[in-house]
Amino acid sequence: MFLNILLQTQTIVQKDIPLPLPVPEWVLVVVLVSMFLVHILFINFMVGGSILTLVYQLLGLRKPDYDKLAYEVAQTITVNKSMAVVMGIAPLLAINTVYTTYFYTANALTGLMWILIIPLVTIAFLLLYAHKFLWHKLDNNKFLHISILATAVAIFLFVPLIFLTNVNLMMFPDKWSVVEGFLSALVLPNVFPRYLHFLNACMAASGLLLVWYFGRKDFDFEEKFPMLSRYNVRKNLYTVTFYGSVVQFLVGPIVLVTLPSQGLGWNVLLVIFTGASIAIVAMVWLWKEITGPAAQFGRHFTKIALTMGVVVLFMGSGRQLYRSNVIDPHRKLVAKKTAEYEKLVKEAQAEALKPKTTETAAATHPGEAIFQMNCVACHQVNDKLVGPSMVEAAGIYKGNLDGLMGWIRQPGKKREGPAMPAQAHLGDDKIKQVAEWVLTLNK
Amino acid sequence: MDFPIFHLDFIGNRALIAIIAVLHAVINHALAVGLMPVVAMLEIKGFRLLKTNPELAEKWDALAYRILFVAFLITTTIGAMTGVGIWFSASLVNPASIASLIRVFFGAWFVEWLVFVTEVVLILFYFLTWKKLKANLLQKFKHVKYGLFLSFFSWITMAIIVSILSFMMDTGNWNNDRTFLYGFLNPVYLPQLFFRTPLAMTMGGMIAMFLTLIYTRKDLEFRKVALRSISKWVLIWGPLAAAGAMLYYYMIPKSLVGNLPVAMGTLEFQNWYSQIVVIVIVAIGLVIGMANWSYFRPQTAPAWLAGVSILLVVGLMGHFERLREFIRKPYVIGEYMYSNGLRVEDYPLLQRDGVLKHANFVASKEVTDDNMLEAGRDVFILTCSRCHTTNGAVNPMTGKFTDMFGTKPWETAQLKGYIKNMHSARYFMPPFPGNDRELDALCAYIKELQTNPQPVSGAQDGLGFNKPKPSQPVAAVR
Ligand code: HEC
Ligand code: HEC
Repeated sequence: MFLNILLQTQTIVQKDIPLPLPVPEWVLVVVLVSMFLVHILFINFMVGGSILTLVYQLLGLRKPDYDKLAYEVAQTITVNKSMAVVMGIAPLLAINTVYTTYFYTANALTGLMWILIIPLVTIAFLLLYAHKFLWHKLDNNKFLHISILATAVAIFLFVPLIFLTNVNLMMFPDKWSVVEGFLSALVLPNVFPRYLHFLNACMAASGLLLVWYFGRKDFDFEEKFPMLSRYNVRKNLYTVTFYGSVVQFLVGPIVLVTLPSQGLGWNVLLVIFTGASIAIVAMVWLWKEITGPAAQFGRHFTKIALTMGVVVLFMGSGRQLYRSNVIDPHRKLVAKKTAEYEKLVKEAQAEALKPKTTETAAATHPGEAIFQMNCVACHQVNDKLVGPSMVEAAGIYKGNLDGLMGWIRQPGKKREGPAMPAQAHLGDDKIKQVAEWVLTLNK
Repeated sequence: MDFPIFHLDFIGNRALIAIIAVLHAVINHALAVGLMPVVAMLEIKGFRLLKTNPELAEKWDALAYRILFVAFLITTTIGAMTGVGIWFSASLVNPASIASLIRVFFGAWFVEWLVFVTEVVLILFYFLTWKKLKANLLQKFKHVKYGLFLSFFSWITMAIIVSILSFMMDTGNWNNDRTFLYGFLNPVYLPQLFFRTPLAMTMGGMIAMFLTLIYTRKDLEFRKVALRSISKWVLIWGPLAAAGAMLYYYMIPKSLVGNLPVAMGTLEFQNWYSQIVVIVIVAIGLVIGMANWSYFRPQTAPAWLAGVSILLVVGLMGHFERLREFIRKPYVIGEYMYSNGLRVEDYPLLQRDGVLKHANFVASKEVTDDNMLEAGRDVFILTCSRCHTTNGAVNPMTGKFTDMFGTKPWETAQLKGYIKNMHSARYFMPPFPGNDRELDALCAYIKELQTNPQPVSGAQDGLGFNKPKPSQPVAAVR
């Protein structure tokens, strides 16, 4: 049914790259989904971590121990950001290979912003280093120090929008002909709900990461932060995770509703709702951790982390299912068009190989044919073009075949304007023929 | 042609890739491949003295750490992001070629990614555990090993990439040996590696020398010792780099027999090719001179001169990269695909039917008397814009034709005659792929550019600026 709709509307159908996939498609899809989840997890840690650092540092203006806490969190970002970048390469490779036409089209249509990702993220990374390594030097200039971090956070909050706009746009070929640049692709209805979904995930994931980080046995919390209670800090981080996740139950449905219904099948809903129900279990454990007695704090941690991991796996798979639901009919059209085009190419090639009857009356002198092939870009017989006319040249080299051949082989520089490139590659035979022909122009 | 075409009409598309790629190559070669072994070497110097002379050992260790710090800052930010940037920019500018390459080199790139992950994990480990793994000899020994692993993996990353680069330079093999193994077996591979390895080592050594000159200003005694061992490193690798460069220089024409007349026939190539010898002599000569100076007169060796010689070596490297890029023309993939993103085998069809008919993101699929300019602009975008701007800073259409035909109004016959045959006159350009009507339209558009130069916008055409004047945006289909 969807295929029919596609055929009726003016949807652009491209040709795919006419080379076989390097590995079976399912391998690429597995790489795409699994490695993307790893990538996005580190991205979550990185973005959420920077936001939490900023929050702690602001709290630190009142209570200096929070500033030290911020310093600890900042240490994690260095690792997470580097891992986020390298782990992003595998899914990039996979999406390039499976969804070539879709991904590249979306990239080009939002091209300026897409390429701006590179300098923007570079700047954010440099700012984060400046923030981390100048921490103690800027102790007396907290305003500057916090602004550095705030700028990096602002960049981190913006860049995901570019990515989301792209992966969203790639799914909807029917939008390609109307979209004009990044801004118009950004306002397609479901970009912002997905963005909110992403931000919540950042908070939830980094909250959980830090609960673990500050809970490690060899982390000497009490000595480092005498004014803070390890229990309270960790409990608050759990709360961040809790809110980040609970809000997803609100944002998730909005995402589903704003997604064009083309791709919503039972398979997608089943996977998403299964994921959501597992998330409820994690919520219950989280709640117990937050409200339970301090003595038993932390005993659900592993379970929570594992179930959250499973939830993320379900959500990621649901997302891929949606994507293939939307794109697959269009991909069939693309495959068909590619095959048709390749057939045309072969036909035209065969046709071009047939000797042409109309051209039999062409060049009489073999040298003229060579002239037509190699020189007419710059020379005409009677008029000056880039170089002088051949009639003029014939006059110059009258009775001097060798001289003419020498010039063609290795031209000099006589006139105003560009120089003539050497034609030695033609080989002596052809040079002789063309030179002989030029001299026949002498009447 | 199937993709909406991203186009930068001021700096040009190739400049975008070139800036990102050269930046990345320089950082990768100098700071990762070249500098990591130097840092490891300095750390080992300290490690060896740990028992006998802990004070001096600490000095070596501190110097190694400070040098690593600089490398760490740059490689994990600009280095890493420009690596991704090469992908982003190349797939924006020439999606068809990148997509084709990925399908053949997927395995190579995947392995490359695994090695790269290892490299990043190791550099994080190496840097972040430096101060922690220092308590005793055993720990320090472990840490020294990370440094050696890191050096090894940085080199492997380069060795894999070089195979893909050599493959793209080697003409004709795409049609025969379409496997990535051939990337390693082809004749340019080893010369390239023999060139890049010592070049990277030399650059790494020079950067270490530069930083040492800065960091040891207050400790002239130690400066002497440190500079000596770093200069030795440079004195070993520098001549090898020169030899590698010359080997590569002689191998380029040999391995390019198919493409040779194409490249050699052009003045541009001949100029570049002959400049290389001079650049190699000057750059490597200065490096060796500087290394000698630091070796024999460490007290007076000036940091700025080390800086200058680093820049010259960067110039040398850039020159080779440009040459490599140039040799490939008119192809992106030797004898398979032209730089305009069209395959050689597409040509008979396109020259019969026209490029517009088989393109997607164009205003109209056929040239008519009413849409000459609009169609001409699309033809320009499809067939010339990968290498030319209309009127921008790099390789502008208007400028090129003014050089040839002067400033008086150009005539259609002139333009047509040239473009029809431009591939035989200027070997670096692919033949015009469209049909005769499209050539007329293109000429009309170029003539319009002469009297009314207007920048042309690409598919990205966003952000509200740079809208094309002739009513419809390029990317919009009805
Ligand atoms: C890229 C443009 C170009 C191509 C292709 C080209 N020429 Fe030229 N040719 C020139 C230019 C420019 C001059 C004028 C050079 C000067 O006087 O400095 C010139 C000059 C000449 C002259 C005059 C020499 C003289 O002594 O005044 C001859 C003869 C000639 N070309 C022959 C040929 C032949 C034969 C071919 C093809 C095999 C050819 N050219 C291809 C650009 C070209
Ligand atoms: C593969 C990239 C490429 C493509 C595609 C390409 N050109 Fe060029 N073109 C070049 C390069 C490189 C130069 C030389 C620039 C220089 O000399 O600095 C050039 C030079 C020119 C010149 C000046 C030539 C001379 O003899 O001085 C003209 C005119 C020109 N191109 C027109 C075109 C037109 C028209 C198209 C589209 C039909 C086109 N080019 C497509 C790469 C390309």
